[in-house]
Amino acid sequence: MKKVEAIIRPAKLDEVKKALEMIGIWGMTVSQVVGCGTQKGHISVYRGQEYSIKLLDKIKIEIVVEDKFVEQVVNRICTAAKTGEIGDGKIFVYAVEKAIRIRTGESGEDAI
Amino acid sequence: MKSKRMVSILTLLLLLAMSEAAFAADSSAIDSGDTTFIIIASALVMLMTPGLALFYGGMVRRKNVLSTFMQSFILIAVISVQWVLIGYTLAFGPDKGHLIGGLTWLGFNGVGMSPNPDYAGTIPHQIFAMFQLMFAIITPALITGSIAERMRFPAFLAFAVIWATFIYDPLAHWVWGVDGWIRNLGALDFAGGTVVHISSGVSGLIAALVLGKRKGYGKEPLLPHHLPMTVLGAALLWFGWFGFNAGSALSANGLATNAFVVTNTSAAAAAIAWMFAEWLHHGKPTVLGAASGAVAGLVAITPASGFVTPLAAIIIGLVGGVVCYLGVSVLKAKLGYDDSLDAFGCHGIGGTWGAIATGLFATTTINSGGADGLFYGNPALLKAQLISVVATYAFAAVGTVVILKVVALFTPLRVTTEEELTGLDLTMHGEEAYRDAVMTVSVSRGRLKERIADSKSVPVHIS
Repeated sequence: MKKVEAIIRPAKLDEVKKALEMIGIWGMTVSQVVGCGTQKGHISVYRGQEYSIKLLDKIKIEIVVEDKFVEQVVNRICTAAKTGEIGDGKIFVYAVEKAIRIRTGESGEDAI
Repeated sequence: MKSKRMVSILTLLLLLAMSEAAFAADSSAIDSGDTTFIIIASALVMLMTPGLALFYGGMVRRKNVLSTFMQSFILIAVISVQWVLIGYTLAFGPDKGHLIGGLTWLGFNGVGMSPNPDYAGTIPHQIFAMFQLMFAIITPALITGSIAERMRFPAFLAFAVIWATFIYDPLAHWVWGVDGWIRNLGALDFAGGTVVHISSGVSGLIAALVLGKRKGYGKEPLLPHHLPMTVLGAALLWFGWFGFNAGSALSANGLATNAFVVTNTSAAAAAIAWMFAEWLHHGKPTVLGAASGAVAGLVAITPASGFVTPLAAIIIGLVGGVVCYLGVSVLKAKLGYDDSLDAFGCHGIGGTWGAIATGLFATTTINSGGADGLFYGNPALLKAQLISVVATYAFAAVGTVVILKVVALFTPLRVTTEEELTGLDLTMHGEEAYRDAVMTVSVSRGRLKERIADSKSVPVHIS
């Protein structure tokens, strides 16, 4: 089992979700996060004072899948979330030790 | 028929004004149109204080929005009681030495349904007193913009009541009371440029200096948490201001409509001016700037609203918008004081410009009961305006320092660092404006006070 963690643009969430649904991936955890990287921030102005916003809004998607699906999932996310501009985000893949479904107590790949 | 009736009313008014028996005024002097108008105008001005709560509440951080609301809202209650008991008679009661009203109307005793022709001959004395109450409420509420996010509630409450009694009430008497010394000087303040705006703005600045800066001021961004709330608040202030300025004619007449026209025009001109000033200076036409500009324009026109033409209102608004913008963006940054939500920047500076502008643009063609300003060949008015401005600055500044020092003898003025970091909503009021998506509250039994006593955590109140 692997966990695929993707940091993407908020506006791309819907496309990424649809792209994953097409290969039968329905379950995921989505969080609103902020972060910074190579993308430049914004300048905001309040009553004549300028403030720079360096931490930008992003969406984090976490999906746990069987090893054989990882490459497909990563490719789908890459295609759907890409604009070609700085700030498209990143994907990380981690090994998952164990998974348990709370309702039934099933564990391992049956639980995902 | 109509002109005959007008003549008879005017004759009656004259007789009443000259007669010693004025207090026994015949109720037939009451004009139903005037009375209706002032009842509605009073309600409009009342709505300005909740409007101010929205205006200020949107500009603070989310952890302090309720405390900011409360500082305005509770004054509606507290000053309403203070006004009936002693405030009204101190401000408008029979003159004592040109400085203060006598105690004749203590507890609204003698403030009845007949008109008081000294102030308004065609409406019941009671509604004149209630109209004035709404001004007495919003003035200390304006100060809260300077002290937001750091003043302890008990100290604030004590300060507000003492300030209303010893600063606002005498000042209102000086400027508006029969035989008040600034009124006798010939200075003009139609709806409260000095009494309401300069006094609150200056007192706010002094209170901000006494309290000190908020933690992190100038180092961390202390940003508004809900600008739509602020814009809605500004819109409600604009709406209520029609009652404030037009209602100050105290009669449903042409003077009231002129005040309505110049009020709206100045607010509009100042919103445009602030927006463009910020646009040129920082490259963006901000919504907060447009809303702040409208308020600055309303402040600036307030003393002049019964004396100037619509074209003068455009100039007063344009200058008011730019001057207040420079006040909050340049002056405040240069001097480094933490006037959190710019009560001084908008009301102190805007009020000062308005008082000066009245001395420049006032004309007797608008109000024969007023005076001509400098641009109409009378420099004496400008001099009287400047004296009234200086007197208001001095009285408000010294009075605020003294009151804060006295209150500080009994209770700390400022929240602790821990309370400031947690936020005043939880630490002062035991409530939060917005709950997080994750439920962090669990139901607990027992009385709040006991739990405060035996727990270091902050209890939350949700009814």
